[in-house]
Amino acid sequence: MTKLTLGPIAYHWPAEMRRDFYTRIADEAPVDEVYLGEVICSKRAPFQEADLPATIERLERAGKTVILSSLAEVMLTRERKATADLAALEAPEIEINNAAGLFARGKRPHRIGPFMNAYNEVTIAWMASQGATHVSLPAEMPAPAIAAAAGAARDLGLGVEVQVFGRASLAVSARCYHARAHGRTKDNCQFVCENDDDGMPLRTTDNRPILRVNGIQTQSESYVDLLPETARLIEVGVTHLRLMPQAADMVAVASAFRGVVDGTHDLLEAEAGLHQACGGNSFSNGFYHGEAGYRRISRAAAG
Amino acid sequence: MSLAELICPAGTPAALRTAVDAGADAVYCGFQDATNARNFPGLNFTPAELAEAVAYAHARGTKVLLALNTYPPAGKVDLWRQAADTGARLGVDAFIVADMGVADYIARTHPGTRLHLSVQAAASSPEAIRYYCAHFGVKRVVLPRILTIPEIRQIRKEIPCEIETFIFGNHGLMVEGRCSLTNYLTGQSTNMDGVCSPASDVEYKRHEDGSMSSQLAGFTIDCFGADEKAGYPTICKGRYTAPHRPEGYYAFEEPISLNLSKLLPELIDAGVHAFKIEGRQRSKSYVRGVVTAFRKAVDDIRAGRPADMADLVALTEGQKQTQGAFETKKWR
Repeated sequence: MTKLTLGPIAYHWPAEMRRDFYTRIADEAPVDEVYLGEVICSKRAPFQEADLPATIERLERAGKTVILSSLAEVMLTRERKATADLAALEAPEIEINNAAGLFARGKRPHRIGPFMNAYNEVTIAWMASQGATHVSLPAEMPAPAIAAAAGAARDLGLGVEVQVFGRASLAVSARCYHARAHGRTKDNCQFVCENDDDGMPLRTTDNRPILRVNGIQTQSESYVDLLPETARLIEVGVTHLRLMPQAADMVAVASAFRGVVDGTHDLLEAEAGLHQACGGNSFSNGFYHGEAGYRRISRAAAG
Repeated sequence: MSLAELICPAGTPAALRTAVDAGADAVYCGFQDATNARNFPGLNFTPAELAEAVAYAHARGTKVLLALNTYPPAGKVDLWRQAADTGARLGVDAFIVADMGVADYIARTHPGTRLHLSVQAAASSPEAIRYYCAHFGVKRVVLPRILTIPEIRQIRKEIPCEIETFIFGNHGLMVEGRCSLTNYLTGQSTNMDGVCSPASDVEYKRHEDGSMSSQLAGFTIDCFGADEKAGYPTICKGRYTAPHRPEGYYAFEEPISLNLSKLLPELIDAGVHAFKIEGRQRSKSYVRGVVTAFRKAVDDIRAGRPADMADLVALTEGQKQTQGAFETKKWR
């Protein structure tokens, strides 16, 4: 049975916005699993910690499986400690996004996050031998590689997850580009990233939207949308479909995917609902089709 | 004191011989395919060329390091396995790897061969580095260009392997091995294809007022006045606008290159074993100039003589220079 998951919030949403978001997810969103935790910037983590136990409880009470995700970049003392502390947890499940987490976790069960570069069957087999139970594939993988990786993961008894909605992570850095845009540095950022709940848009100098800045992370301008490819993903053995939280109507987004996965919604109808839930954002599926990631390949053209 | 080996780029057999002759302790190179992160047209080695290169370098006491530092996509791993087998047969001194599957394959199939952890593996903490040392027997880590010298000194104390750092050349802004910017605009992946801002997608457009814009796959990356020299359109060195930066600004970094020559003594003191010069895509004369200058500087420092850094500073050909993250946390 294919599961719908909600990835960790990439942005620095204010605490109240987070609380409201997860309350609504718990009550209304047809997702099976929810990843929580700060993945991008260790400076933001303290703002979430107070609410975390209540959020976990609320989601679990609503029947969702909760997984805690680890930081993608581990360099500073506080990042090393946060990673080690997470790796020491017995429950809930954890998703590891940095080799420092693998080191701390040892062979105890864990999920492999999308920042771990699980590109191929040999690496996935290695990770499985070290206790991985589940693997998220990198957002840039094309369909043939997804199929080969999913087949291998399935044979090893692993869950295998692909991001099907939301901005793709394109890069991380040690430098904070939100702070830089405001003439600050990471150490005196004053959390200016809080003002951009869907990332800070960058355009080319001739006014073409191109990228989004989220602190140390650079994201795609377009939302990845693999709703038309969902049936194929399930066919090749992908077990979990990840929706990344955006400043959009995520309940409607989840409902569109749920409807297609369950076969209760016609694809065109679901696609229309999805796009309506996302305001004026552009969509892309180029990575999946082996083209430039920003491109939108139509079903007819893709065959 | 550390050995302070000088690790030099060899994009072609001719560049390799040049680097060896100019005093490289080791050269690094790759095959003509996606198995390395500089998979550019006209660069890199055939197996026959690598065999000759190994003989040339070994005859002069120079080591050859083979870069297998990309991430094979599922279904194509054989290409990387074959490259590793060929490298082992030809007697390269070490493999530079990033992918865990590739590392595991070499550790099992060619036990005893040295493994160096590529910057593409993005191991920036003692724990991450120890993971690769413990499981694959990694003997040296190439550190990401995001750490300060005090941080490098601290890492050195907590890991069982050698440290290599970049000291000169392209200044990578993003954590290497975690960057899909090129694939987003061009459809070619840095991690899977070994391609970054490929020349085949580059175009320079002259406008009526004499200004010039540099483009990658049709996206304007930067623009230049009629009298300015147009730079290469690398996405992370591009000029963009943001809502409160309507004038356009270098959102990630200016076009600038890394030059740590002034920090060499401190880096040696911090326990760095090897210094890497970037630039497999550079000309023979560039390689000769840079390697010669760094050879002299490193020898001077090791002999306790004051090193003349002026030559090194001049090497950047008028380009802006930075010490990047190494000098201060304020870079972040």
